[in-house]
Amino acid sequence: MSDILLDIKGLKQYFPVAGSKNVVKAVDDVSFYIKKGETFGLVGESGCGKTTTGRSILRLIEPTAGKISYDGEVLFDSESGKKADMLPYRRKMQIVFQDPYASLDPRMTVGDIVGEALDIHNLCSDKKERYDRIIGLLKRVGLNSEHANRYPHEFSGGQRQRVGIARALAVDPEFIVCDEPVSALDVSIQAQVVNMFEELQRDLKLTYLFIAHDLSVVNHISDRIGVMYLGHMVELAESEELIFHSVHPYTRSLISAVPIADPKVARASKRIILQGDVPSPVSPPKGCAFCTRCPFADEICTSEQPAFEEISSGHFCACHHKDLASNIDKPGKKLVIV
Amino acid sequence: MLKYIIKRILMGILTAFIVATLTFFIMNLVPGGPFLSEKAVTPQAQAAMEAKYGLDKPLFMQYLTYMGDLLHGDMGVSIKKRGFTVNDIIGNKFPVSARLGGLAVLVAVCIGVPLGSIAAFKRGKTLDNIIIVFSTAGIAIPSFLTSTLMMYFLSVKLKLLPSLGLDGPANYIMPVIALSLYPTCYIARLMRSSMLDVIGQDYMRTARAKGVSTFKSIFKHALRNAILPVVTYLGPLLASLMTGSFIIEKIFTIPGLGHEFVSAIPSRDYPLIMGTTIFFACFIIMMNVLVDIAYAFIDPRIRLK
Repeated sequence: MSDILLDIKGLKQYFPVAGSKNVVKAVDDVSFYIKKGETFGLVGESGCGKTTTGRSILRLIEPTAGKISYDGEVLFDSESGKKADMLPYRRKMQIVFQDPYASLDPRMTVGDIVGEALDIHNLCSDKKERYDRIIGLLKRVGLNSEHANRYPHEFSGGQRQRVGIARALAVDPEFIVCDEPVSALDVSIQAQVVNMFEELQRDLKLTYLFIAHDLSVVNHISDRIGVMYLGHMVELAESEELIFHSVHPYTRSLISAVPIADPKVARASKRIILQGDVPSPVSPPKGCAFCTRCPFADEICTSEQPAFEEISSGHFCACHHKDLASNIDKPGKKLVIV
Repeated sequence: MLKYIIKRILMGILTAFIVATLTFFIMNLVPGGPFLSEKAVTPQAQAAMEAKYGLDKPLFMQYLTYMGDLLHGDMGVSIKKRGFTVNDIIGNKFPVSARLGGLAVLVAVCIGVPLGSIAAFKRGKTLDNIIIVFSTAGIAIPSFLTSTLMMYFLSVKLKLLPSLGLDGPANYIMPVIALSLYPTCYIARLMRSSMLDVIGQDYMRTARAKGVSTFKSIFKHALRNAILPVVTYLGPLLASLMTGSFIIEKIFTIPGLGHEFVSAIPSRDYPLIMGTTIFFACFIIMMNVLVDIAYAFIDPRIRLK
């Protein structure tokens, strides 16, 4: 048995545009793997396909193409046409959603929201056991037994997200997609919830795919980080390597955008401010997806798509000018790691 | 909850009082009187009849007398239907209309809700388009047209169903269809739009992530959340259908309350106009209170205060 839990190859997720033949290429040819017990961070700005990637992996939306394998078993393969029955995998693979307000059914008590997952997978033999497990799960995420009979609207955002986590944990999963689980929360609560994720990982030996647009949060929790831009994976490396030795100009600009607490350091550091907007994923630029905003873009960038290559052990990057980018200020040195 | 219900009932009584007062004075403002149409009435005879029903007294005195009787539950004697009190007429006719209307509401909900849900789940497909076209048509076509067409084809041409009266179960078929067509289509459209809204909600995706089957998620999560607009509509719908439809009762010769309600007006049967109007008002108020209470049971976010 290899130590790779989840292997994604050439994942594509296209959405049709209503009233035209065009498609939105939300995720375009993304490949990566996640090792058992690690946290894989996925960052990128809004609309780059992070969330879609997370949902496609769980087949909450059916991928357009690609191959997804979990623990050696193929869940989805567009080439052979294999589509595994997901019900047994819903026990192993779970997801915590971004919006703790909308993702809980307002008509169900918190106890039932957590308990429904237990019912579907027949995890409890009687009512007593079901109740005990629900209470156990709520306590696990820092809620208490009184909360079981309340409805989601009676909770604060942070508490709701805890309910969402308890719900995901109900089936004893091995792998959890954390889809921007803290971005809807206050900064003070964010830290609590992120710490809880780490605690749960340690205690329950979980593997995470942690999606966020906040690089400092991802850096804090992740072992390896992938950077996405306009549906493509542009850089992937171990956290430290990515922060301190990033190669791709987009990664650089992301890192330089992280706020720095120390004003002296902040003043001394250069921010790489990108010009323009993200191009529409309906008509992405020919060649490199980043070429319209890249300070180093030249002819080859606008005509040819760069390959996603390994530049050093475990460090992948898709850029035509890997050498050029390394000349500019290394923003990672100034990043205060929280 | 109990406090809320008591408050609503008290408010309802006040509303009914205002309705009664307004109806009384507006009704008397309308020119004419109950005895004008009868031919060859001597002034003496007319005066005698007016005296008999108390119509010779000043209007305000009439009002006080009427309201006093109403407080005792007495809505007076019908002027046109000699020997019948208004209470009798409502007591006899209301059950007929209520049975017919109740059946029509039942049919409308049982067909409209699934139809609208199916349309939502098949959005953009042929089935959805068919349902949209038919429900729009059903809303636009007036009930007297559908009843006459049904009567012509099913009773006169094919001789399948009895055309008049309410003697047996078969007699109910056409009036119920005619009555329920509009609400069925309306509910289908309401349900379609609220279902579309619910399907797009995040908690539907959560259910899927838990492993809930599509079928189960429709009943457990989608339907419960999408039904609220239909419940809202159900209050006034029940009130208007159960108190009878003048048109349908006229066409199918059904001895219901709707017919009395309308025909009392041209004949200036003052006590009957008052009685049916107050009854209708009270019924609507009651239904709305019931709908509000039902809300609290369906949606835990709604608190009755």
